[in-house]
Amino acid sequence: MSAVAVSVRQVSKTFARANNPVHALHDVSLDIRQGEFFGLLGPNGAGKTTLISCIAGLCRQDAGAIDVLGHNTRSDYRAARQALGVVPQELVFDPFFSVREILRLQSGYFGIKKNDAWIDELLAELDLSEKADHSMRSLSGGMKRRVLVAQALVHRPPVIILDEPTAGVDVALRQGLWQFIRRLNRDGHTILLTTHYLEEAEALCGRLALMRSGEICALEKTETLIRQFAKHRLTVRLTEGGHLPPALAESALALSEMPRSWEWTLDELADIESVLASLRESGCRLEDMKLSPPDLETAFLKIMDGGRKQAGKMP
Amino acid sequence: MTAFMTLLRKELLRFWKVGFQTVCAPVLTALLYLMIFSQVLDNHVQVYGVRYTAFLIPGLVMMSVLQNAFANSSSSLIQSKITGNLVFVLLTPISNLQFFIAYLLAATIRGAVVGCGVLLATCWVSGLYLAEPAWVLGFTLLGGALMGALGLIAGMWAEKFDQLAAFQNFLILPLTMLSGVFYSVQSLPAFWQELSRLNPLFYLIDGFRYGFFAVSDASPWLSFGVALGFTGMVGLLSFILLVRGYKLRT
Repeated sequence: MSAVAVSVRQVSKTFARANNPVHALHDVSLDIRQGEFFGLLGPNGAGKTTLISCIAGLCRQDAGAIDVLGHNTRSDYRAARQALGVVPQELVFDPFFSVREILRLQSGYFGIKKNDAWIDELLAELDLSEKADHSMRSLSGGMKRRVLVAQALVHRPPVIILDEPTAGVDVALRQGLWQFIRRLNRDGHTILLTTHYLEEAEALCGRLALMRSGEICALEKTETLIRQFAKHRLTVRLTEGGHLPPALAESALALSEMPRSWEWTLDELADIESVLASLRESGCRLEDMKLSPPDLETAFLKIMDGGRKQAGKMP
Repeated sequence: MTAFMTLLRKELLRFWKVGFQTVCAPVLTALLYLMIFSQVLDNHVQVYGVRYTAFLIPGLVMMSVLQNAFANSSSSLIQSKITGNLVFVLLTPISNLQFFIAYLLAATIRGAVVGCGVLLATCWVSGLYLAEPAWVLGFTLLGGALMGALGLIAGMWAEKFDQLAAFQNFLILPLTMLSGVFYSVQSLPAFWQELSRLNPLFYLIDGFRYGFFAVSDASPWLSFGVALGFTGMVGLLSFILLVRGYKLRT
């Protein structure tokens, strides 16, 4: 097993608000191994950004400890920060400087004097070469987002944190960005990603942590999570005037947004045969049929929904 | 060292790129003060046996140093906080001490640049001479550092520009205007003289003026001691706040 890149141990954080303290993180523990592409998912307000801010040193946890490549983020913060590259969620920029000036300054903050070769490579990879000498103010939102990525990578950090890096970036550039990040991951960089695009997380992340109300509610390999919490779904649409017999309708979910359409969740793939046989015996004629494989979105919703039901049962 | 030098360079570039606003404008303001007061008072007033216009210039130079040093660190910090780009510094391995010194040094340099601008524009005035340049340099550095540190505190504390403006208009401006820039405190009634001596900026102006004319209201050594002690206290407070991440790290 490879060494631990980021170790989070029993971290808690409460934001003091008058009469209403917000428990943003509660006893969170997880390890991210070196070279992993790790996803941190959860609904808005789950605590993802607070956790990332604690790892990056922007936020100070009330309890627990965080190490980055063995360096404690409080007692050895300079070494921990040297190992981290963070793409923040908010679209922030310094209006006084051009793209190249920003990247040179950021290199200097990390103690790197001559970094133009790598800066040029970053600009090319992120399709920003033509904008190198433009003021940050003149860039579009997507371009500013890519400059944020370049700033995070300018010192070649072994651990890269991406907090919703593709928000507001168009599809073509998003694909290019992921290719680049995948290459960095193949080269040995550890990636910690938060995103609301679950298909991205499913395609990229080897392991996932799901957060809800400041706690980790699932921590597994992506494929294991999907296998555990999502199943194949069979969707059928009957021909005009077709009705599902009541006995069959009981086991199906009527899809309100599509007329004459029902969906079955299959425990086993082989169950498809019994559903189709029942439809045949009932004289139903199919206009369309679709078999959907288990996916992260279904698993995610099921895990989050489980939490809500559990919370609802609490006295 | 590279990290520190980069942050210092960035802070210097930040004001230099908008030099009309940060250097030329305060020089012009000081010249307007000089023009108005000298027109009205030059023929009527002498202080320490020096013509009033010459007496006024060191006060205006020091006032420019103080106000611009404060403006540099406070506006840089609050702008970075409000626009959010302060994270680019907070995420880096720059130490609190490096951050502190870079901001203080940049503030002092801006104050000194504006002060030099005022001095250059007024050096033709007769009766103005540098009697003891070491005092001029010493009080410039102390004044810049003190106001740079105070600007750091204001920049950390303020959450919007309105709060910073209040700090500037209700604290910094009265303290500088009532510190003897335009008059010798010896010309004030006894009560106001004593009150003026409680204003730490009085010692900076008075000591700075001593460097020009070798006469002052208070002993330059007393002024230096008070200014040094006050700069140390304010500097220590701002450094402690920085280490604690006051309103910078949640």
